[in-house]
Amino acid sequence: MTAFSTRHLLGIKDLTESDLHLVFQTADEFKEVLNRPIKRVPSLRDVTIANVFFENSTRTRLSFELAEKRLSADVVNFSSSGSSVKKGETLLDTVNNILAMKVDMIVMRHASPGAPHFLASRIHANVINAGDGTHEHPTQALLDAFSIREKLGDLAGKKVAIIGDILHSRVALSNIFCLKKLGAEVMVCGPSTLIPRYIADLGVRVSHDVREALRWCDVANVLRIQLERLQVKYFPSLREYSLYFGINRRMLDELDKDIVLMHPGPINRGVELTSDAADSRQSIILNQVENGVAVRMAVLYLLAGQG
Amino acid sequence: MSRRLILASPLLEITVSRLCQQLIENHQDFVQSVVLGLQPRGIHLAERMHRELEATTGAKIPFGYLDATFHRDDFRRRDSLVKPNQTKIPFVLEGKRVILIDDVIATGRMIRAALDAMTFFGRPEAVELLVLIDRRYNRQIPIEPTYVGQRVHTLDTQRVLVEWQEQGHEKDGIWLID
Repeated sequence: MTAFSTRHLLGIKDLTESDLHLVFQTADEFKEVLNRPIKRVPSLRDVTIANVFFENSTRTRLSFELAEKRLSADVVNFSSSGSSVKKGETLLDTVNNILAMKVDMIVMRHASPGAPHFLASRIHANVINAGDGTHEHPTQALLDAFSIREKLGDLAGKKVAIIGDILHSRVALSNIFCLKKLGAEVMVCGPSTLIPRYIADLGVRVSHDVREALRWCDVANVLRIQLERLQVKYFPSLREYSLYFGINRRMLDELDKDIVLMHPGPINRGVELTSDAADSRQSIILNQVENGVAVRMAVLYLLAGQG
Repeated sequence: MSRRLILASPLLEITVSRLCQQLIENHQDFVQSVVLGLQPRGIHLAERMHRELEATTGAKIPFGYLDATFHRDDFRRRDSLVKPNQTKIPFVLEGKRVILIDDVIATGRMIRAALDAMTFFGRPEAVELLVLIDRRYNRQIPIEPTYVGQRVHTLDTQRVLVEWQEQGHEKDGIWLID
């Protein structure tokens, strides 16, 4: 079997196309496991994994923890609030202390782009990036692509529009890398203040008209407006943003085709998506969450299997 | 590398038919029996035998694939990763008489993993193991097949290669490779 080309999952940028297919094929089998009455396999029973979260997370952390437990790994959780990080301990010291307790893999979320890369070059354990600032969120991109593949088949030639705050979104960047590697066409859409200046260099189309994006695409991946990262005003008000870039049921009904609607969560209901759109039959938002566990099991299995 | 043919048509078909007859002898109407093919290489034999059993007895026998990759005992201990295959058991094994079918048994470790994997689908009343080739002196675990097509004496360094027409080979054939 062709092996995974990397010891760490730091970003989609480092993966090959065959890595991506390997993750999807492995995730197919784990999805079957998750539909059994006993949703557990013993593969990682001698592996200890630390989930190290320096930033808030509900979905990703829960999803990783479930994936680890369903693979029978031993799991320890760490979050920076209430830890010695507050006393001034460095990232490397914190992680080395965790590793001294014989941990094999680290799943890390950090507010600084490149933090997992820094770690991966200094420690022996496998590192999985669960989101580093505004840089990458590889497992989210994998589960997004897996969900599209499940719904529409092969991604080659499919048109995916990523709509919203592209500037601050690690989901957008990982998705662009992933979709391009799989042969999909990508468009980013949002207010010009939230689209990085040279994004077209990545081979994506750019639009500032959400209706145009919806007419063009097969899949719309709608991103959250990250209120916590908006220290300066990128648009006049949330109300104005939702009027110009929010997606509602009527806009979907006006299209001459059924598009697939995705959102990585958490949704700001009434801002980027209205409830009637988010809960519509075209939405696969909850399928994304379900697939997240299977995809993360596949990633953990493939990395741990390298020994 | 030399290869020697151990079993081929027409003896292969005769052996498979004989194994089917043995199963019919023991299971008769197959009311509580199910057939499971062990992934990846046991499924072709299992499919053929399942077809023949249904045709001969007229019974409807539940059939599934079992993949034991996630239950292997050599995970993180081998150089290359083993790719998982599809498990498809659209019924429960609770109280059933399971006929587990694989092409070759050697160390017995894969069967141990399969028995482990099976427990996740319920507690069978009984499990029988059917193999086409038994490499009898390569065993590392005390597991013995219930039905055997042919016993061969092989060294650990040798390999048994099974080729099925279903995999795109011109003819069925079982080879011993040095």
